[in-house]
Amino acid sequence: MISVKNLQKKYKGVDALRGIDVEINRGDVVCVIGPSGSGKSTFLRCLNLLEVPSGGSIFFEGAELTGKKVDLDKHRQKMGMVFQQFNLFPHMTVMQNLTCAPMMLKKVPREQAEKKAMELLGRVGLSDRAGAYPAQLSGGQKQRVAIVRSLCMEPDVMLFDEPTSALDPEMVGEVLDVMKKLAAEGMTMVVVTHEMGFAREVANRVLFIDEGKIIEQGTPEQIFENPQSERLKSFLAKVL
Amino acid sequence: MTAWLDKLNETFIQSGYLKMIPEGLLNTIIITAGALLIGVVIGTLIAVTKYLSEGVRVLRPIRAICNIYVTVIRGIPVVVQLLIFYFVIFASSDNGVFVATITFGINSGAYMAEIIRSGLNAVDAGQMEAGRSLGMSRLQTMRKIILPQAIRYIIPAVGNEFIALLKETSVAGYVAVMDLTRAGNLIRNNTFDAVNPLLVVALIYLVIVVALAKLMKFIERRLATGDKR
Ligand SMILES: Nc1ncnc2c1ncn2[C@@H]1O[C@H](COP(=O)(O)OP(=O)(O)O)[C@@H](O)[C@H]1O
Ligand SMILES: [Mg+2]
Repeated sequence: MISVKNLQKKYKGVDALRGIDVEINRGDVVCVIGPSGSGKSTFLRCLNLLEVPSGGSIFFEGAELTGKKVDLDKHRQKMGMVFQQFNLFPHMTVMQNLTCAPMMLKKVPREQAEKKAMELLGRVGLSDRAGAYPAQLSGGQKQRVAIVRSLCMEPDVMLFDEPTSALDPEMVGEVLDVMKKLAAEGMTMVVVTHEMGFAREVANRVLFIDEGKIIEQGTPEQIFENPQSERLKSFLAKVL
Repeated sequence: MTAWLDKLNETFIQSGYLKMIPEGLLNTIIITAGALLIGVVIGTLIAVTKYLSEGVRVLRPIRAICNIYVTVIRGIPVVVQLLIFYFVIFASSDNGVFVATITFGINSGAYMAEIIRSGLNAVDAGQMEAGRSLGMSRLQTMRKIILPQAIRYIIPAVGNEFIALLKETSVAGYVAVMDLTRAGNLIRNNTFDAVNPLLVVALIYLVIVVALAKLMKFIERRLATGDKR
């Protein structure tokens, strides 16, 4: 569904990505792990062109996102993204956060958009918070709303950038549970995470990135039980 | 006391000059309000253009034009701008109020642009990213997500600009516009009473400014209570 070829990204003076090749297929749950500053966020943000790559190409559902005449906004509707800092719209209620994009971009009638939003809110246990403003929610609730906001656009793939890193420990579980459910329903997901337990349990593939390159990839068993490279071994020794 | 009242009577009533005060005040209000409107429109256009064009190479010339406008306008005294507009650019027009309104509007636009730009920049960068990641265009995100949040930061500063503008228009008399200040000055000149005409003019400015400041405080408080964040 997404195919990444020799992806490179340079910031001023920093080689954040140095040639990444990866295929993400429908139904994949790919977890991306690696030390801080290794380029995980940059990789994820390049997938929907939130960062413009300096080199290489990205294909999504047959279209080259890095090509010249591509309608990025159209493709982004199909790629949900969940941020570490939630990035909910603070001036809107939860319901408005959820219906804003579908109504504006897909011309879904309000009634229908709200019905869909309520249904999804119910599935993450937040039916009673539809009228609340983001500031009135806990971190875990905010992140669940953010996930639902993406889901309301009916994306084909969901990108997560450390979705639980900004949360108090007691709220991590409720967000991971939602993500596990999503994975079980067959959603294609790319998840940058420090939650090794989640990666081990939910991922069908794990990418280990260091210094802007994929150093090792494989099934969770291969990565966690039988790491090959020294760098992955020492990384796992630190985080496990 | 009675001597003073007699003097007032002489300066304003018997001379027939009293009506110049409301006439002047009206012109001051027209120029200020018109300039504010023009300033907000120009300022918003420039600020939004600069915000949206950031990092977009093909839009660099447009950014440069915006920057030149802001630099030039802010670098020249407003009186000089007024003279240039009246005697050079609009030399064919003798409608001083019109020329003054345009001049102060264009002048204010440069300051408004900076005010609005810093309001836009005060909104977290994650908001634009969230909008874009949902598939909204830059412009759609600007309209629905960024501007509504930036308004809170912008309104108080625009209020201050409004008050500054009101006082600044007092130099409109340079180009034969009879604004409030010039009305007072004309009465002073024709009656040889310097104290009272200027006192009245000063008081009117003061009352309007204090009232506007109060209004701004009220609006700011309303914005704060509406803030559910
Ligand atoms: N906007 C940016 N400007 C300059 N350098 C950046 C920017 N974003 C990230 N970097 C640099 O790129 C490298 C990779 O960053 P990032 O992808 O955020 O790593 P990770 O998510 O794995 O912690 C780091 O060295 C970081 O400092
Ligand atoms: Mg990161």
